[in-house]
Amino acid sequence: MTALADPPVSRPAPDVPARTPRRRRSGAGRTMRGGKLAYAVLVVAVLVSAFPFYWTVVAASRSNADLAQVPPALLPGPNLLRNFEAVVEEADIGKALLNSLVVSGSITLGTVLCCTLAGFAFAKLRFRGRGALLAITVGTMMIPPQLGVIPLFMLIAELQWVNQLQAVILPGLVSAFGVFFMRQYLVQSLPDELIEAARVDGASTARIFWSIVVPVARPGMAVLGLLTFMAAWNDFFWPVVALSSSEPTVQVALRQLGGGYVNDQSVIMAGTLLGTLPVLLVFGLLGRQIVGGIMQGAVKG
Amino acid sequence: MTLTAPTRPLAPSRPPAARRAWQKLSPYAYIAPFFTLFAAFGLFPLLYTAFVSLYRVELQTPGDMEWRGLGNYAALLGDTFFWTSLRNTFTIGVLSTVPQLVMALGLAHLLNYKLRGRTFFRTAMLLPYATSVAAATLVFAQLFGRDFGLVNYVLGLVGIGPVDWQTGTTASQIAVSSIVIWRWTGYNALIYLAGMQSIPHELYEAAEMDGASRWRQFFHVTLPGLRPTIVFTVVVSTIGATQLFGEPLLFEGSVSGGISHQYQTLGLYLYEQGWGFFHLGRAAAIAWVMFLLILLVVGVNAAIAGRRSRKEAGR
Repeated sequence: MTALADPPVSRPAPDVPARTPRRRRSGAGRTMRGGKLAYAVLVVAVLVSAFPFYWTVVAASRSNADLAQVPPALLPGPNLLRNFEAVVEEADIGKALLNSLVVSGSITLGTVLCCTLAGFAFAKLRFRGRGALLAITVGTMMIPPQLGVIPLFMLIAELQWVNQLQAVILPGLVSAFGVFFMRQYLVQSLPDELIEAARVDGASTARIFWSIVVPVARPGMAVLGLLTFMAAWNDFFWPVVALSSSEPTVQVALRQLGGGYVNDQSVIMAGTLLGTLPVLLVFGLLGRQIVGGIMQGAVKG
Repeated sequence: MTLTAPTRPLAPSRPPAARRAWQKLSPYAYIAPFFTLFAAFGLFPLLYTAFVSLYRVELQTPGDMEWRGLGNYAALLGDTFFWTSLRNTFTIGVLSTVPQLVMALGLAHLLNYKLRGRTFFRTAMLLPYATSVAAATLVFAQLFGRDFGLVNYVLGLVGIGPVDWQTGTTASQIAVSSIVIWRWTGYNALIYLAGMQSIPHELYEAAEMDGASRWRQFFHVTLPGLRPTIVFTVVVSTIGATQLFGEPLLFEGSVSGGISHQYQTLGLYLYEQGWGFFHLGRAAAIAWVMFLLILLVVGVNAAIAGRRSRKEAGR
């Protein structure tokens, strides 16, 4: 490899003369300092990421006529509250928000509980068929649930659950990823000695679970809960199939709004804004943890 | 101190044999909640899809099933819109996945530098991931409006005449892909960043001592180190692209994916057959075709990854 070394400076020199020498000295990936160009590119990326949100606010606070103008309005207008009122009236977004809260909340609690229980068993308990069952769980992790949507619908229809919230909640509790995530978390952060010691003291497995496993697992549970909540709030295909406009989640209501029976663009954008705000709030408060969770999951997966 | 005393308070009323049996069985109690739900709402629907695809099942009467053999598949292969949606799924898949992953790689490289406000950059990059498909698509549909959309306005400023983002095949597919790219680039960048941070420092130091330029370090240290991560993201993005649904549905709000089905994907075609035309059996056949496609993609990826690492080992 060394023999082939080419004159390295000649290539990047024209557009970024200043940053090359400093960077070359520092070497290892993580410690390299970012130059002006790096910041510039990242700032552009942030702007692109954020612009649609800004635009939603602009469009939601204008009138339909404002949006049909050339050149388009680029600053927020005075109609935000009026558009909110309109979308609450026309698409029942209030009920949708409440339903989404119930659905996502139940899915989050149930998933975290089920996955912690199963993850603990897979990480620390010995039983027949453990390897095979874990293999099935991990093996189906990559298969999109959308592929089972037809039998699932037939099942829900058989149970007479169509257009009822449990039709979305119960299937939402199945998270192979969650089981795997909690298993990995506990394998790494719960020492076997702790469990052995508790056993010697005569604690039952249930006792061990509640007073040793859960406290240790709490940070992992929190991350899984965050990711599950956002995924449940944003889930689209199955709620659209299983629910209708009389019992909508936010995404079902947005699908109605986009389906053409409301023609006022600014009202549609107001609905989009209302439906996105709760997740943005969660993200604003806990974004750092979500970033950490995704990067953690990536290394393990 | 009596001999029996210590065991008493620990296992109050259970005889030893029963206790041992319980210890053997109790692990199953911990996995039971998950596996009950998993069997009913995860595994069963997946497997039963293959069965349903061999029957005629109507949406209004899902209980009545009439044997059709491979009839649903035959009907599928004879439907031009199936082939259109298969082709669209492929082109939109490429249009969305390739730029997304390439840009994510570049951004991850930049995020890996020592930066002021790096938490801010990472979090801001992930912002689109927090939005739903529905919300993102409604906003982008607005931005891509033909007459008053912001995209066309900006293009007009540099002299590019109004593009019809809805009717044109290529244009509409680019617009739909851009929604996917916007939502997932930051997410993938963070995945790559995590991968980059687990590459040992010593490799860079060694490359540095060999006099390798920064470019060469990127291509000869970073990329090989990231290979498992790249395979992972390619597989996940391709699976996502195979089942694309919300973006084409809400781009104009119709189940046909444009007037001439120009951006209808397999996912949307499945929905149209099942919930637009009430043919659940045929929709199941489409789901099964999608499943086979995904297996193919994963298989090809695994084969490529396997061959490359064998080559590497042989070197």
